[in-house]
Amino acid sequence: MTVFAEAHTGAVQRRLLADGDHGPLPTPDAAQLVGMARDAGLTGRGGSGFPLWRKLNAVIASGRPPVIIANGAEGEPASGKDKALLAYQPHLVLDGLQLVARAARASTAHLYVPRPSALRAVLAARRDPIPVTLVAAPDAFVSGEESAVASAVAGRGAVPADKLTRLPDTGTLVQNVETLAHLAMIARYGAGWFRAAGTYDEPGTFLATVSGAVAAPGVLEAGYGVTLGSLIAAAGGPAGALSAVLVGGYHGAWVPADPELPISRAALAPFGASPGAGVVMALPSGACGLTENARIAGCLAGQSAGQCGPCVNGLPRLAATLADLAAFRSRPGLPAEVDRLTRLVTGRGACRHPDGTARLIASAMRAFSADVAAHLSGRCLATSGRFLTTEARA
Amino acid sequence: MTRLHIDWTACDGRGLCAELLPELLAEDDWGFPIARDGSPSPAVPGPLEPAAQRAVDRCPALALRLLRDTR
Repeated sequence: MTVFAEAHTGAVQRRLLADGDHGPLPTPDAAQLVGMARDAGLTGRGGSGFPLWRKLNAVIASGRPPVIIANGAEGEPASGKDKALLAYQPHLVLDGLQLVARAARASTAHLYVPRPSALRAVLAARRDPIPVTLVAAPDAFVSGEESAVASAVAGRGAVPADKLTRLPDTGTLVQNVETLAHLAMIARYGAGWFRAAGTYDEPGTFLATVSGAVAAPGVLEAGYGVTLGSLIAAAGGPAGALSAVLVGGYHGAWVPADPELPISRAALAPFGASPGAGVVMALPSGACGLTENARIAGCLAGQSAGQCGPCVNGLPRLAATLADLAAFRSRPGLPAEVDRLTRLVTGRGACRHPDGTARLIASAMRAFSADVAAHLSGRCLATSGRFLTTEARA
Repeated sequence: MTRLHIDWTACDGRGLCAELLPELLAEDDWGFPIARDGSPSPAVPGPLEPAAQRAVDRCPALALRLLRDTR
């Protein structure tokens, strides 16, 4: 018996992104659905990597009126996978939403996306037993954060809230649209099928948005554990020599451009990175990593929701310090000041925006340490002044 | 164990808490409270609970709370 027909490791393959119709949706009860999600090892694809079954169980056990939300906000500038999924296979997302809404005995469900009008016709053509409300997601980095999503659906602003209790314990389930699409596949083909892709510890496929210095940037699908080289090759191969790769997203980390590096939590942990929301952005060796890092830090500082003092004050200070470093305005103790500020903002906000920003910056200071030394003495190691300014959004 | 929770969405950095509870809190570069132990929600030792409660009661932004962990 060969249950695991495919190689038990990550490879570029199409599951969510395969063409065609997957047939009628089974109707598992709550216990069956939670069990399938647990056996499959399905984790959140929005960046957190939290097991779906735990959140769903907490929502069911909360005894509170359920609020079920599919999150397609994708505020991450380097990510385009949720948009691609909603364009190619919206029915898988909506199937997954029906499954969790049914399990939680919800009378309605919500789909939170930047451009709801594009999905109105898709929804109208379905005969969903549980009606789905479309909610517009503002185009902002933090608008996809779990508590910001819940707040937006409740009719308040899409900004993160203070967390005294965990959201699922209040009956609110926020799941990334890709996670729900995987759940719809698991309900049809089973946990064993799902686990035949990816690694033992991190089963299944994920959607990756590959951008930067590659010949054909775009959205791909691969099993966890896929090598960086395979992903980049599937995106047309590198457009010249690469100096580093940003993985996870703007809240991710810079890692060496090593083609053998697997995209998995286990392999990326030593770099302070994780697969996150599947972002892979290749930096050409001609571009200056410190300039790119300063640009991203400036972008993130501008995306603060403006609620929390350490974020409102600390992120612009960090971005300005990194801009000074990139532009050779060096001063004694500059790297130590960056280090101090990253520690100062970490853990001091309603959401993880300061933490994620600090993590990215710390990884850049490590990955580009030779560039830091050169910049402090007024030189740049990059061979040209070209910057990566293109965003992945197609 | 009792922990001091800071609601960052409410905190204005008025600085009363750092004055009333200097054993646990300092002010950062911008006057916002920062735990001396570096943790997001610092543990409050028993003898400091009355002072911590005073900080909670007097915060003009109502941004502080004492969380009593039952674990």
